[in-house]
Amino acid sequence: MTDSKYFTTNKKGEIFELKAELNNEKKEKRKEAVKKVIAAMTVGKDVSSLFPDVVNCMQTDNLELKKLVYLYLMNYAKSQPDMAIMAVNSFVKDCEDPNPLIRALAVRTMGCIRVDKITEYLCEPLRKCLKDEDPYVRKTAAVCVAKLHDINAQMVEDQGFLDSLRDLIADSNPMVVANAVAALSEISESHPNSNLLDLNPQNINKLLTALNECTEWGQIFILDCLSNYNPKDEREAQSICERVTPRLSHANSAVVLSAVKVLMKFLELLPKDSDYYNMLLKKLSPPLVTLLSGEPEVQYVALRNINLIVQKRPEILKQEIKVFFVKYNDPIYVKLEKLDIMIRLASQANIAQVLAELKEYATEVDVDFVRKAVRAIGRCAIKVEQSAERCVSTLLDLIQTKVNYVVQEAIVVIRDIFRKYPNKYESIIATLCENLDSLDEPDARAAMIWIVGEYAERIDNADELLESFLEGFHDESTQVQLTLLTAIVKLFLKKPSETQELVQQVLSLATQDSDNPDLRDRGYIYWRLLSTDPVTAKEVVLSEKPLISEETDLIEPTLLDELICHIGSLASVYHKPPSAFVEGSHGVHRKHLPVHIDTGESPVSGGPAAAMDQPHVIPSQGDLLGDLLNLDLGPPVNVPQVSSMQMGAVDLLGGGLDSLVSLHAHSTAPVNYIYVGQNFIPSSVPSTFAPSPTPAPQAASSGLNDLFELSTGMAITTGGYAAPKAVWLPAVKAKGLEISGTFSRRQGHMYMDMTFTNKALQHMADFAIQFNKNSFGVIPTSPLPIHTPLMPNQSIDISLPLNTIGPVMKMDPLNNLQVAVKNSIDVFYFSVLIPLNIFFVEDGKMERQVFLATWKDIPNENELQYQIKDCHLNAGCNCVPCLFPQLSLKCRAPEVSQYVYQMYDSVLKN
Amino acid sequence: MIDSLFLINHSGDIFLEKHWKSVISRSVCDYFFEAKEKAVDPENVAPVLQTPHHYLISIYRDKIFFLSAIQTEVPPLFVIEFLHRVGDTFLDYFGECSETVIKDNVVIVYELLEEMLDNGFPLATESNVLKEMIKPPNILRSVVNTLTGGSNVGNTLPTGQLSNVPWRRAGVKYTNNEAYFDVIEEIDAILDKSGTTVFAEIQGVIEACVRLTGMPDLTLSFMNPRLLDDVSFHPCVRFKRWESERVLSFIPPDGNFTLMSYQVSSQNLVAIPVYVKQNISFLEAGSCGRLDITIGPKQTMGKTVEGLMVTVHMPKAVLTVNLTATQGTHTYDLATKVLVWDIGKLNPQKLPNLRGSLSMQPGAPKPEEYPSLNIDLKIQQLAISGLKVSRLDMYGEKYKPFKGVKYLTKAGKFQVRT
Repeated sequence: MTDSKYFTTNKKGEIFELKAELNNEKKEKRKEAVKKVIAAMTVGKDVSSLFPDVVNCMQTDNLELKKLVYLYLMNYAKSQPDMAIMAVNSFVKDCEDPNPLIRALAVRTMGCIRVDKITEYLCEPLRKCLKDEDPYVRKTAAVCVAKLHDINAQMVEDQGFLDSLRDLIADSNPMVVANAVAALSEISESHPNSNLLDLNPQNINKLLTALNECTEWGQIFILDCLSNYNPKDEREAQSICERVTPRLSHANSAVVLSAVKVLMKFLELLPKDSDYYNMLLKKLSPPLVTLLSGEPEVQYVALRNINLIVQKRPEILKQEIKVFFVKYNDPIYVKLEKLDIMIRLASQANIAQVLAELKEYATEVDVDFVRKAVRAIGRCAIKVEQSAERCVSTLLDLIQTKVNYVVQEAIVVIRDIFRKYPNKYESIIATLCENLDSLDEPDARAAMIWIVGEYAERIDNADELLESFLEGFHDESTQVQLTLLTAIVKLFLKKPSETQELVQQVLSLATQDSDNPDLRDRGYIYWRLLSTDPVTAKEVVLSEKPLISEETDLIEPTLLDELICHIGSLASVYHKPPSAFVEGSHGVHRKHLPVHIDTGESPVSGGPAAAMDQPHVIPSQGDLLGDLLNLDLGPPVNVPQVSSMQMGAVDLLGGGLDSLVSLHAHSTAPVNYIYVGQNFIPSSVPSTFAPSPTPAPQAASSGLNDLFELSTGMAITTGGYAAPKAVWLPAVKAKGLEISGTFSRRQGHMYMDMTFTNKALQHMADFAIQFNKNSFGVIPTSPLPIHTPLMPNQSIDISLPLNTIGPVMKMDPLNNLQVAVKNSIDVFYFSVLIPLNIFFVEDGKMERQVFLATWKDIPNENELQYQIKDCHLNAGCNCVPCLFPQLSLKCRAPEVSQYVYQMYDSVLKN
Repeated sequence: MIDSLFLINHSGDIFLEKHWKSVISRSVCDYFFEAKEKAVDPENVAPVLQTPHHYLISIYRDKIFFLSAIQTEVPPLFVIEFLHRVGDTFLDYFGECSETVIKDNVVIVYELLEEMLDNGFPLATESNVLKEMIKPPNILRSVVNTLTGGSNVGNTLPTGQLSNVPWRRAGVKYTNNEAYFDVIEEIDAILDKSGTTVFAEIQGVIEACVRLTGMPDLTLSFMNPRLLDDVSFHPCVRFKRWESERVLSFIPPDGNFTLMSYQVSSQNLVAIPVYVKQNISFLEAGSCGRLDITIGPKQTMGKTVEGLMVTVHMPKAVLTVNLTATQGTHTYDLATKVLVWDIGKLNPQKLPNLRGSLSMQPGAPKPEEYPSLNIDLKIQQLAISGLKVSRLDMYGEKYKPFKGVKYLTKAGKFQVRT
């Protein structure tokens, strides 16, 4: 006997027939009829008109029939609210039934009937059930509170159900605890006060006890709840970790991933050098690998999360690259994720294996996957320098296959390889040129054109090649048009004699026949540059390009930290913070990783030395900036590009009046302008400057020298201003080592001038210095120049050259620099504030109009005015600051203003 | 939490829907159909989709999409695990998980879904517990029910629900007390052209079938537990004792269950039982290719390799094959381009060989991809990792149970690249 017969009565008077059957005298017939109704309901037929007849069947002692009627009620009560009232009495009666199963069923079903009138009657039975002697009823009632909250939140609070729910966390039955936690978590998602679950050590202990005994689903809720707790110290964190670790061996992958979340979060609190920390790291790897042997859907979610984990802590899975090798029958979404992680884990040690795999993948059937595999080879080349040669030859092999999309993808990545290793692999250009005709995708065409333009001097027929592209200029995509324009200008600058005609052709195509403002503007800039000052043009167009780095696709560190707190959730699958996609997210609070506080004496929180061992996680897209005029890069460059266009625009507008803009630095990075009194002191950013992904603190200016030049007519001092040395590290805190120092800028280089004094009784040797990641990427460019041991009471003056090419992390305050100094005795930490003037470059002068336009371009909100007080310059001086002791600052990154002002203030006072 | 579940068949019809909270219109599935359309193969539909108001999390198994619609932030793995559990329960109750069988048992299915989830919270997902509340269909009972008017819904509170052993029902009684354990290992491996192992690991499970009276407390110990460093357990296993003594101590659920699964990935421990010599080539100009495959035993630990089968996904351009096998039978499916060579038992004295020519579509270019070979095999009475059960002890009950252990090695995703 099967139920399929219920589906067969598909003829016209079906409802009528059912009605008759429901009112049949025989119990059995009625039950059969209810079953038919349910069957019709499950396939989406509307059987709501039978409501009164079905409700009549509710008064029965047959549990199955009762359940079926309940099922029906839940579905249709909403559309028949008046009728649903008829059922209330039976519900209330069932809530008093001696059988706990019926009590639970009644309270459960009542909560599912989303009719306001019914919920009023629900309160009393629910209150009783929350205190029922039977845990089965209690745990059902806990869930019912969440249901009720969904229907009428106000009532739940007024009736004090939230407090009852909190009391259940202390229940003796682990299942009840788990359900109470689940209900509270769900309520808090839509509740303005998201801290419903007041987590304190006692509660945590109860949760941890329940964790061992409740069902797998309850464990997920409890673990997710635990991950929101902030342990007060590392001991508490460790003891929680110890009790959570066994969950890593659970058969349910969701339990495993939730446990991983708790551990990843609390790892932050553990001291990095402890045995426990390292043991925990080791324990995290096998469960993650195990997740990959699950169903493909589980693998997918696991891989998305592993992608985050390898970015945060690459050490966990660095030995396991093989499990990410692709099997040909993996679903495509698994393949693509695996590939991504393979590249993240690629290193010198395993690159041979990885490359062999990637080459294998490039011959597979799926086009998307093959493309990504080819791209991956390029990323390996850029990431692992030692492998570049092998990658290039692999790519060449692939080009030889002549498979169209493989060739195109390979050419795009070879362009990037050229950018990373200029003048190294030009020998392959000839091979690339052979495939010119087969390129039909804009990306590949643009890449090829760029290569031809960049290496025009080594390609005999570069002009013919580019000319061939020019024929269909107007049919090309903007990207190709822009690249072609630049490439031909490059070619012209390299071989002016033969290509004059070509360049004129392209300039007129770009400026006269195009509707695209970008293209037109760029055309005009080049035209004017070329016609006015070919030497400058050469400097601008053929300038040295900064190298690109591999990690352009890493997740920005603060977002990564936030996502780590959301491991296992939807956020971790989308790689977006919940606020970016959860609807009505007023209940969503940003989560942060806890910060490890060093209990030692060091004034710097966190061990800077340890932190420096972590990989650089800043996408250094800023490096690409300097080249914007020359190259349209495929990957999005999320730095405002407007300023280049604006400069062009200014140029065009002022063209009649002024001579050509003298672009001292062709930087297109956001520029900060400093305005003192009525004098313009323009400045620009050094192109080596790597902006952090937050609105970048781009303060850099040569303003100071200009200031003196313009206002007082003083000669430019090449030394710049340096504050007197201050004691950075007192001897009492560093076992006898005293360090005093200051920062200065001389001949365009930054220095950290320090005096090391040995006030201890023993000699010191083996000095070394390291900086923590900081807002400006400052790092020492040479080791500490102390080569001889420092005898007691001896002191030594040294000057440490600095550079701004290090890893960037926003600090508070912005100019904070954490330094670790090591000697034969110990490691010491201190932090200093870097005066901003050492970042100001000497060649930041800017033409008046350009400055004005750019000043206007920065929104007025960003303008800050400061009064310069107590100016110590002598009274007879009529320099601008003395006459107009006011400083107006406009910065694209407003947070910088304050520090620029402080610096001005201190310079002027001294 | 999980709001609604839609069951969708291969051709895209929604044949069952269930709502645990308010009713979500089935039009939400349109987003899924769109993705399904794009993915071409049903296996390739991404499991997590986002729509303007809902998240759609789906699994694909047994030619059915289990699609859940969700309105709040929920751990996706939680949903995926639950959906698989729903599929497992159907399998457990009805013997298979298919559209026909679900439609045949729609009322039980509905009762099950209602019992498994309450307002989106999982309620009872253990097969032992569910079976106490909702009896699985069987012919005898349905006959009895029709005669006596009995029902298939249990009238008692499921005892397992609240005890500390929620997975076991109380009052179990058997006349024959028996406990069987199957150690099943699957070899996942990728071998490259030359036969070198690119990647290999063993996925092992211990499947148990325990029919013991009362509340037995079992301890299973191994000869070489050190092999197992990456394990996941059924909730019944006491983790503390595993950590300290490396034995599995547990009160078993009643009936069939997976006691533990484990992974042996250390390369030198993974023995590869067969070697494959293959040569598949396509001629540059002509419209044919050659195929030559030989299989021989490698590390079989003296056991016989059975159920040997080779599957090759040929490039599209291959029209027909003209092959001769020294052993077994081969078939070539023209539509799917899959060549299956069913060899059977591997005879080390006379190695099976399959060779012949492939005829290609005239004028088609030489195929770019090289087809991988998928190997299937079985070795009875051997766990390829070398894992051995040493003994099973029972405490808490007086009787003497019948005990048995079986070993089986299979090929999992075992691929040879060409």
